[in-house]
Amino acid sequence: MKQLFVFIRKEFYHVFRDKRTLLIMFGLPIAQILLFGYAITSEVKNSHISISDNSRDANTEQLINKIKSSSYFIVDETSLSEQEIENTLKRGNVRCVLVFPPNFGNNLLHSGKAQIQIIADGSDPNTAKTLINYLTAIIADYQQEISPAAVLPYVIVPETRMLYNEEGNGSLNFIPGVMALILMIVCTALTAVAVVKEKELGTMEVLLVSPFKPIFVLISKAVPYLVLSLANFTLIVLLAVFVLNVEIKGSILLLFLVSTLFIITCLSFGLLISNVTSSQQTALLLSIMGMMIPTLIFTGFMFPIENMPWVFQVISNIVPSRWYFLIIKSVMLKGLGFAYIWKEVLVLIVMTLALLGVALKNFKIRLE
Amino acid sequence: MEEKVIICNDLTKQFGDFYAVNKISFDVYKGEVFGFLGANGAGKTTAMRILCGLSYPTSGKASVAGFDVYKQQESIKKNIGYMSQKFSLYENLTVSENIEFFGGIYGVERSEISMRRTDLIERLGLEKEVNKMVGELPLGWKQKLAFSVAIFHQPRIVFLDEPTGGVDPVTRRQFWDMIYEAAAGGITVFVTTHYMDEAEYCNRISIMVDGRIEALDTPENLKKNYSASSMDEVFYQLARGAKRSDN
Ligand SMILES: Nc1ncnc2c1ncn2[C@@H]1O[C@H](COP(=O)(O)OP(=O)(O)O)[C@@H](O)[C@H]1O
Ligand SMILES: [Mg+2]
Repeated sequence: MKQLFVFIRKEFYHVFRDKRTLLIMFGLPIAQILLFGYAITSEVKNSHISISDNSRDANTEQLINKIKSSSYFIVDETSLSEQEIENTLKRGNVRCVLVFPPNFGNNLLHSGKAQIQIIADGSDPNTAKTLINYLTAIIADYQQEISPAAVLPYVIVPETRMLYNEEGNGSLNFIPGVMALILMIVCTALTAVAVVKEKELGTMEVLLVSPFKPIFVLISKAVPYLVLSLANFTLIVLLAVFVLNVEIKGSILLLFLVSTLFIITCLSFGLLISNVTSSQQTALLLSIMGMMIPTLIFTGFMFPIENMPWVFQVISNIVPSRWYFLIIKSVMLKGLGFAYIWKEVLVLIVMTLALLGVALKNFKIRLE
Repeated sequence: MEEKVIICNDLTKQFGDFYAVNKISFDVYKGEVFGFLGANGAGKTTAMRILCGLSYPTSGKASVAGFDVYKQQESIKKNIGYMSQKFSLYENLTVSENIEFFGGIYGVERSEISMRRTDLIERLGLEKEVNKMVGELPLGWKQKLAFSVAIFHQPRIVFLDEPTGGVDPVTRRQFWDMIYEAAAGGITVFVTTHYMDEAEYCNRISIMVDGRIEALDTPENLKKNYSASSMDEVFYQLARGAKRSDN
C-alpha cells in the first residue's frame, strides 16, 4: 500500500511537470466548447414520432396517412393519451409527438381553422428543429390539398413546443458530446502515452524487476488521470452552466458517478492500448483511431444515429461513449433518475470490466 | 566451499529459430565481481534479463539467490538490484525524488530512506544537486546515481548492464571504485561490458561469442592460457570467428 502511494505521488509529479499535457488537458475543453458552440444542423430520416389523436375524424386520418407515407417519419402510435406524451418522449426513441385537439376536423371544416400541437424533444435541438420544420411542411402541404380552390383556404395552425429545452439552446446537445470526447482524450490517450513512455525510456524494465506488482504499475498510472479527468469534468460542467447557460436538470451526484464510471472505461482502454504498443506515437494514433473518431461519429452528437446505415447503427452499440452520451443527456438535460438509465449504465459496466480484464491479462503476458 | 548465488546450467533462449543465448553454464560466487563480456549482440542482455526474472528461458536451468528462474521470479526480484542498459532514472524527477521513489517501491522504510539518502548524497558529493532534475546532471553523475539507486535497497546481487557505456575514463574509474565498495559490502556484482580494460577489474570473467560462453576464468588465467598480454588480445582471439555483431 505504501509502495502504491509512493508510485502515485511520482505519477503526479510527472503530470504536473508536463506543462504541455496540462495545457492540452485543460485548454481542450475550452476550445471545444467554443468550437462546438455553433449549432450543427443535420438531416433527419425515419424518425420515430407518436401521435395523440383526440379527434379521430377523416381529416386527422388523412393527415396521419400523409405523415406515414413520407420518408422522414415512422409513426409508432396514433392514439397516445395526453398523459403518456411526456413519458414517451422521456424514453427517448420517439423524438416528437403530434397532438390533434378534439374536434379538429369539425373546426377545420366549419370555421376553416384548426389547431395542431407539435411537441418535440428539445434536448437534441438540431434534430428537434428539423423535425418540426418537416412536420410543418407536411401540414402546410395537406392544407393546400384540401383547400377548395377559389373559396377561403382552410388554415391549420401548428403550435410547436420543445420539451426539456424550451429555448432550443443549441449548446445543450453538444455539451454531453464534448464531455464524452474530452474524457476520452484525456483518459485514453494520456494514460496510454504515460505507460508507453516508461517502456520507451526503459524505466518500465526497472519497475518490472522490482518487487512492485505490475498491476499496481497500471493502477498508479491510472489514478492521476482519474483525478485530473474529474477536475476536467467539473470544468466542463462549470463552463456549461456559467458560460453557456445550460441548466442541469438531474442529480449532480449521479452525473459525477456515471462520469467516473465512464472515465474508468476510458482508462481501461488506454491501458489496453499501452499493452499492445511500444511507442508513444503509435499509442496516440491508436487512441485517436480507436476512441476519438468513433466518439465523434457514433455517439450521435454530431450525426443522428438513426440516419446512419444499419451497419453503422450496429457498430455504434459497441462504442462506449455512445452509452455515456445517452446517460449524460438523460441526467443532465432531461433530469431523469437512475431508474431510467440503469440499462446504459449496465452496458458501460460490462464494457469496462471486459476492457480491464483484457488489459490486465495482457499486461502479465508482457512480462513473459 | 564458497556460496554460489547464481547457478546457470545449459541456459538457452530462442527467438524463433534464432539462439540468442545458447546453452550457457556458469556459477557466480557470493561477493564476487563477475564480468559478463561479449561483443554487441552476443546475448549478454538476453541472458541477464532471464536472470532478473524479466523473461523465461527456452530451456536449461538457472537459479538466482537460490530461487528458480522459472518458478520463483517474485522471490528473485526481492533479492536483486538491476541497472538496465538504457538510462533508467526519471529525468523529470529530482535526485531526491528518484531516490525516494525507487527506495519506496522496494519497500524501504521512510525513515531508513531519508537516512540512506543523506548518506548517499554526501558520498556522491551531490549536495548542491539534490533538488535538481536528474535530466540536468552530466551523464557520468547520472550513471553513478543510477548505480547507487540500484543498490539502495541493499540487494544480495546487483545486475549491471553496460553501466559505463559512453562515460569518460575518469568517471569510469570512479564508477568501478563504487562497484568494489559494493562488493566489499557483500553485494555480488554481475556486470556486462564491452570495454576490455574493465575486464581486468573483475574477479572472474566469461566471454560470450554468438550466444555461447567461449571462455571463463580469472583475467590472469585467461591471459596466460591465451598467451596474451592484455584482455583485449584474449578477446580478439576469441571473437575473431564471431558472425553476429550489431555494428
Ligand atoms: N525480443 C527479441 N526478439 C528477437 N531477437 C532478439 C530479441 N532480443 C534480442 N534479440 C537478438 O538476440 C541477440 C542478442 O541480443 P542481446 O542480448 O541484446 O545482445 P547484447 O546485450 O550482448 O548486445 C541480438 O542479435 C538481438 O537482435
Ligand atoms: Mg546488451
